[in-house]
Amino acid sequence: MTISRRKFLHSTMAASAVLASPAISTRYAFGADDPIRVGSLLDQSGAIASSGVTMVAAIQLAIDEINEAGGLLGRPLELIQYDTQSNIQLYSQYAQQLALKDRVDVVHGGITSASREAIRPTFDRFQVLYFYNVLYEGGVCDRNVFCTGTTPAQTVEKLVPFAMKNSGKKAYILAADYNYGQITAKWMTKYMRDNGGEILSVDFFPLDVTNFGPTISKIQAAKPDLILSALVGGNHVSFYRQWESAGMKGQIPIASTTFGLVNEPSTVDASVSKDIYGCYGYYEELETPESTAFVDKLKSRWAEIPYISELTATTYEGVYLWAEGVKKAGTLDRMKVIEALESGISYKGPSGEVTLDGPTHHTVRNAYLAQVQDRKWNVLETFQDVQPSDTAMVCNLAENPNDNQQYVIDIDS
Amino acid sequence: MDLAALLALNVINGAASLFLLCLGLAIIFGMMRIINLAHGEFVMLGAYAAVLSANAGVNIWIAMLVVAPLFVGLVGLLVERCLVRFLYGRLVDSMLATWGLSLLIIGIVTTIFGNTMQGVPTPLGGFSIGDYRTSWYTLFLLAVAIVMMAIVYAVLRYTRYGLIARAVMQNPDMAAVLGVNPTHVYMATFSLGAAVTGLAGGVLAPVSGITPVMGGAYVAKAFITVVGGGAAIISGTLSASGLFGFVNQLGAYFTTPVYGEVILFLSAIVLIRLLPQGISGRFFKGTV
Repeated sequence: MTISRRKFLHSTMAASAVLASPAISTRYAFGADDPIRVGSLLDQSGAIASSGVTMVAAIQLAIDEINEAGGLLGRPLELIQYDTQSNIQLYSQYAQQLALKDRVDVVHGGITSASREAIRPTFDRFQVLYFYNVLYEGGVCDRNVFCTGTTPAQTVEKLVPFAMKNSGKKAYILAADYNYGQITAKWMTKYMRDNGGEILSVDFFPLDVTNFGPTISKIQAAKPDLILSALVGGNHVSFYRQWESAGMKGQIPIASTTFGLVNEPSTVDASVSKDIYGCYGYYEELETPESTAFVDKLKSRWAEIPYISELTATTYEGVYLWAEGVKKAGTLDRMKVIEALESGISYKGPSGEVTLDGPTHHTVRNAYLAQVQDRKWNVLETFQDVQPSDTAMVCNLAENPNDNQQYVIDIDS
Repeated sequence: MDLAALLALNVINGAASLFLLCLGLAIIFGMMRIINLAHGEFVMLGAYAAVLSANAGVNIWIAMLVVAPLFVGLVGLLVERCLVRFLYGRLVDSMLATWGLSLLIIGIVTTIFGNTMQGVPTPLGGFSIGDYRTSWYTLFLLAVAIVMMAIVYAVLRYTRYGLIARAVMQNPDMAAVLGVNPTHVYMATFSLGAAVTGLAGGVLAPVSGITPVMGGAYVAKAFITVVGGGAAIISGTLSASGLFGFVNQLGAYFTTPVYGEVILFLSAIVLIRLLPQGISGRFFKGTV
């Protein structure tokens, strides 16, 4: 078959008109009563799904509650969530889609630090307000981004001295081999040294390591008083099980910045998780009225949720903080919302009072130190209104509004 | 001295678990030239079968050593009948189809059991070598590996089925002329390979994190070991898993786990470059 030039032009024009029509029609479809679009990028399948699925439930709950209360600025909210499938490439792709096709007013999302750094530049470039609601290694300094999870100054700083007090001054660090683990290991080293301790060794593990035999031997040869763990993901849970099966349980205490963020205390045997220390911004076991109401609402609607950790609570609070900002600004204009959020917005959520810190775009929030007993977290100590002082040391967006980078703590080894 | 003994145990443990993981794959890949990319998911299914039945009250040893291989063997039978039997001799198609199968299995397991799973405690406890402690389970893994090796060797070498299976793998047309039905042999062999893989998943379940995507951590290493081992199922897999287990574990001990993995993959590349037919293609020709 031959195609004449005329035929070709006809068909391509028709095709491009068809392709362009959704864009043209949506452009004229926006009105005052149309929903406000809230974008979300979270992993509902793949290796990170064990965290992501519950976070999507939390974001859905927050949006539904806001809608039941009459929406924002008189308009309902509409959630556009893409399953990023634990795949960084899909994060980049869907970030562009949210910014350009769906043209959302805000994005909540990203779980691993790797995913956040993949999508942060996209939302900067297309000027879409971005909330990262996950605990992480700290240091992101970007006026377009708000980080509502805890950072090492809020958790590791409390965890390390507490664990040292209950063990000794020599620590062995195990961490996942990507930016979160690498930087968290540096913070652990810093806080150990600040408290007069020393680090015997820092070992990093690719996420697919499942055999910890050599590591357990090395730990025994080094004879530390304490093990600090920033191991991540299902494969790394093998460490705790192999540690217990080698009969090392109870010999050397373990403190972790990651254990229990999914539902590890209930999936491993009680003898494996017993006595592990953790310090997070939220535990399902907290008994404030806000916390119990939050747990009831989530679990009655999604019965399959295994555990509600800090990841889920800060995601929920992140949506509410953004909503408070929009209410205060009285508009969806990105700069006005950012300025409103910087003015010291507070929200009393399941984890307690959370306040956005203007200069760092991080949160001032409570931290809780806990220990696993009988598959549950037993909260030992509460720290009120902890500042994100790690990020505050390096980042001041009030003075340098154009700053845009992630600061990494520098420690000489 | 104590440390040396402990390191030797680590190496044995690494090699034994690698051997267990690869044996089923070696049977399927080595004998039928089917690249089963769902191998990791067979491991996962074995682990799930063991854990679910143990949590339901079945004795842990029966769950690991009987339920897991039986269940995955049945799954293997089903997969062979519904999918793989159309793909013999079509290497690329078999890769694509089994990759799709692996996604399907992950999806089904996630839908039914969710993203996490309550594990089983490790049986047996630990013992001391001087100042060091390690687990009896390490030695149990070694014992299972040795027994499996003996069983597979005996079946292939001394039974009528083993003779027929080896004949079919060498020349299916000639075997058919002599009155053997190759489709039945393929079916039985695939199912046997799957059952051995399920056993590996079952015995590794108490020392692993149990998730639907856990298979991904095993599949690459298993393939490298099988290819490095070459065509002979037992001697090839044994020598390759011994070699790779050795460099991986000692590499991880003396440097870091990151370099442990790097050293493993580097030595695999060098090995395949020097011995394209695998270790058994050069040193153990004609063995099982």
